[in-house]
Amino acid sequence: MSVAAEFQNLSKVKGGKRPYKDNKAGHLFLLPWTIGLFAITIGPMAMSLYLSFTDYNLLQAPEWIGFDNIVRMFSDDRLHNSLVVTMTYVLVGVPLQLIVALFIALILDRGMRGLAFYRSVFYLPSMLGSSVAIAVLWKQLFGTTGLVNQVLAMFGIEGMGWISNPDTALSTLILLHIWTFGSPMVIFLAGLRQIPHMYYEAASIDGATKVRQFFSITLPLLSPIIFFNLVLQIIGAFQNFTQAFIVSNGTGGPADSTMFFTLYLYQQGFKNFDMGYASAMAWLLVLIVGAFTAINFIASKYWVFYDD
Amino acid sequence: MTAQPTEQKPEKRHAAPKKPAPANTYKPGPRAIARSVIKHVILVAAALIMIYPLLWMLVSSLRPTDVIFREPGLFLTTFEWSNYSEGWNALSHPFSHFLMNSAVVVLGCILGNLISCSMAAYAFARLDFKFKKIMFGLMLMTIMLPIHVIIVPQYIMFSQVGWVNTFLPIIVPKLLATDAFFIFLMVQFIRGIPKDMDEAARIDGAGHARIFLQVILPLMVPALATTAIFTFIWTWSDFFTSLIYLTDPEMYTVPVALRAFIDATGESNWGALFAMSIVTLLPVFIAFLIGQKFLVKGIATTGIK
Repeated sequence: MSVAAEFQNLSKVKGGKRPYKDNKAGHLFLLPWTIGLFAITIGPMAMSLYLSFTDYNLLQAPEWIGFDNIVRMFSDDRLHNSLVVTMTYVLVGVPLQLIVALFIALILDRGMRGLAFYRSVFYLPSMLGSSVAIAVLWKQLFGTTGLVNQVLAMFGIEGMGWISNPDTALSTLILLHIWTFGSPMVIFLAGLRQIPHMYYEAASIDGATKVRQFFSITLPLLSPIIFFNLVLQIIGAFQNFTQAFIVSNGTGGPADSTMFFTLYLYQQGFKNFDMGYASAMAWLLVLIVGAFTAINFIASKYWVFYDD
Repeated sequence: MTAQPTEQKPEKRHAAPKKPAPANTYKPGPRAIARSVIKHVILVAAALIMIYPLLWMLVSSLRPTDVIFREPGLFLTTFEWSNYSEGWNALSHPFSHFLMNSAVVVLGCILGNLISCSMAAYAFARLDFKFKKIMFGLMLMTIMLPIHVIIVPQYIMFSQVGWVNTFLPIIVPKLLATDAFFIFLMVQFIRGIPKDMDEAARIDGAGHARIFLQVILPLMVPALATTAIFTFIWTWSDFFTSLIYLTDPEMYTVPVALRAFIDATGESNWGALFAMSIVTLLPVFIAFLIGQKFLVKGIATTGIK
């Protein structure tokens, strides 16, 4: 059903030697993709690997400096901070977003009235969420004179500059991430529909409570979908850029509290034209995202339940 | 668990059984009614919280800026249309210029994705060739690859061929099927099309080009529509690549223009800033309304985004 499931299939199936009946046509149809793979993906990846061992500012030829960029990463406090910021965003934002998505999906399940309407309303923000306009809106909402503080004032609570305060700026971005729970919710809804209704009927005849049914039927049968959402959302969250950029005007402020890893990479590469260092950083990101995905896949053996 | 695009009639599956029930017609008891009321209360409250900021932004775009700072409600007494005209002309070009730029980029990307991804998907779903498994694995891998690892060399590459400040760095990759999730989506869809169709055509002597163009493509219109709508929404909102490649105001797409607008006016003029934000969101919103059915299916089958 999903990219993640396909990956697991790939490792299961073994292909032997056989004649390939559509060899020529197959490669022809794949030609644009193959060119893209080499010219746009693998080629640049190789080049960026090379550049990460160089000092390169676009003007002079790249100068080989060995592991200097990597050593520099170890002592770069702003980079460490950006990792902490990004990790916090991923480790707090993704689980919270998925919990909200699952909660709403559970309420929405089972042929309820107005399902299509609710689904659209909840789904809309995740389609708009990555745009500059929404980041602009967020900046106002949580600004000193923003909507949030206006509402708080109605209850006699004095607000604060949520975005200008280093302690709360990241939280507002996490909140923005949770606000876009619509797309994992839609995936959960699709997954819930695949659970045969008779399981619940049988369970309730046996006297199982709703809570018990949730933990004994819904969660195990939904685990592949939860896993899938987790993998994709984590990969996506690591790459967040637009909101941090707009909310902080590209600075990652206040006090680097919204300096996401990708934002720092952008600053090093495209502001300071420190392309070698930016490449090294990009590879660090790949390693981290790759590690997270791998851990996810390994851990999934213990908690993801496939009924085939 | 293969969610095939063709077999989805989901809402109906859990509805009450169709056959006429004997005398004991089901009436919800008081507990069921109470539960349903609680459900709707939670959902309406959640929906309001979700949507309120958007409505408030729309209303605020029609308010004088000083009112925006003290009005959390949604009531409008006067309509301040000047926010729109002011924002429209605040940059070196009228906003319509940036809308056009975005339209060109979006159109190019849609065409690119439709053509190249459907070709690749046909190969993966229906053809049998050497290295297919490896290539399919690589394709899946690229879905998960952070764009940042290729953006630096890509930028260097495109700047060396003189493509910076043109739309080519944004459109050409789509022509080369780099948006792998659409390939995946289409593969899933084609797998759901009965093989008899193309086998019959093959027996009649049709080659792969004909089968692809005359049998498969017409049948996969829903998948193509999904791709077109997703490409529209994402490309329209895409900030990162535009920010990097389009530095000349002449070439700005809508997101970069909006950001330039913030730079030019500071945040002193929220009214106009909101007005232009609404202008940039409107096409996405319309695409969302038109394509909702496809978007939901696309998300449900592949989970892209």
